[in-house]
Amino acid sequence: MKLFLILLSAMLVNNYVFVRFLGICPFLGVSKKTSTAIGMGLAVIFVLVVSSAISWGLDLLLIKLQLEFLRTIVFILVIATFVQFVEAFLKKNNPTLYEALGIYLPLITTNCIILGIAIVNSLSKYTFFEAIFNALGAGLGFLLALVIFSGIRERLELYDVPRPFLNLPISMITASLLSLAFMGFQGMIK
Amino acid sequence: MASKISEFTKGIIKENPTYVQVLGMCPTLATTTSAKNGFGMGLAATAVLVMSNIVISAIRKTVPEKIRIPIFITVIATFVTIVDLVMHAFTYDLWKTLGLFIPLIVVNCIIMGRAEAYASKHAVVDSLLDGLGMGVGFTLSLTLLGSIRELLGNGTIFDIKVWGKAFNMFVMILPPGAYLTLGLLAALFAAISINRQEKAKKIAQSQQSQQTQQVQQTQQRVGEAK
Repeated sequence: MKLFLILLSAMLVNNYVFVRFLGICPFLGVSKKTSTAIGMGLAVIFVLVVSSAISWGLDLLLIKLQLEFLRTIVFILVIATFVQFVEAFLKKNNPTLYEALGIYLPLITTNCIILGIAIVNSLSKYTFFEAIFNALGAGLGFLLALVIFSGIRERLELYDVPRPFLNLPISMITASLLSLAFMGFQGMIK
Repeated sequence: MASKISEFTKGIIKENPTYVQVLGMCPTLATTTSAKNGFGMGLAATAVLVMSNIVISAIRKTVPEKIRIPIFITVIATFVTIVDLVMHAFTYDLWKTLGLFIPLIVVNCIIMGRAEAYASKHAVVDSLLDGLGMGVGFTLSLTLLGSIRELLGNGTIFDIKVWGKAFNMFVMILPPGAYLTLGLLAALFAAISINRQEKAKKIAQSQQSQQTQQVQQTQQRVGEAK
């Protein structure tokens, strides 16, 4: 039950994009078309879950060695290496998937949601499964936000937006309204 | 000397990291609940940016091309850890409010972007000025955003009472307010730059028409003389 609550909380109530502001750059960058948004979302979910599993183990090691202050350095290097590894692996074994995700994979390294979740897991002292469910929830929330947002942006292309509001400003205001909508989930889970 | 000054000033308005380059959006939106928080976040990022720019520029000739990104990340992460520990020791309250976003300076695209696009190609002094300028630009935009949100949401700026509780929209401090304020500010800056471009175009057009008139006049005179 607790795992389910963590999943729901990370996905809706504390949606990492709309409420906690993690992963805004890819959220704004790759949300012009729904198909690319889904690709990016799936790539993020995969990297997020595996990298938080790895960083959970490393965190345990760091605490044992009393080297907690090295957390940031260790986590970012592990994530960067892991992303490179996934990229090389996909290139060799699954070229179609690699082509589909290709451009997004290197971008994921600098996606703050990955490092953010690893640090959140470590700070809130989650157990292994709690950490995995938190990462899964965050990834699903990211996918959800990206798909909703890209749907709206595809529609926006067809409308006559005032010139100063083109691109960034109108997306920001759309995101503001969506964020307001997501605030409706507040209070669902204490 | 003039070029050195422009290295510094370009980051403040012309290449402002937030409104022009749209980089580093996560801390921009998340930490600007008040002017003080925005300012603190800006300073922390500036410190990391300047120090990492100096080091990366100093080691740029010894770093092998292929593994430069992991090396840059390690340098940046080291400075972020230093800033994190320093802030924990000296500004505990600010450290607590900024929380997660201090370690996340590592993945702030501004810092990696400047390292890759500028510091890895330019001399140490230029890189220092570039980092400082970008940092000041980032700090100013964050402080501006934080001030507006704090003023509308709480009636204060830097904890100084302006109109108090008489007129406050609490939503401005909540997440939707962050997106809304940034969106409206970006639209304002876009409107200003569009206005300027159009004015410049008009001036150019009027100059052109004057020139064509002059040419026509001289041609007429030449014709009359003939």
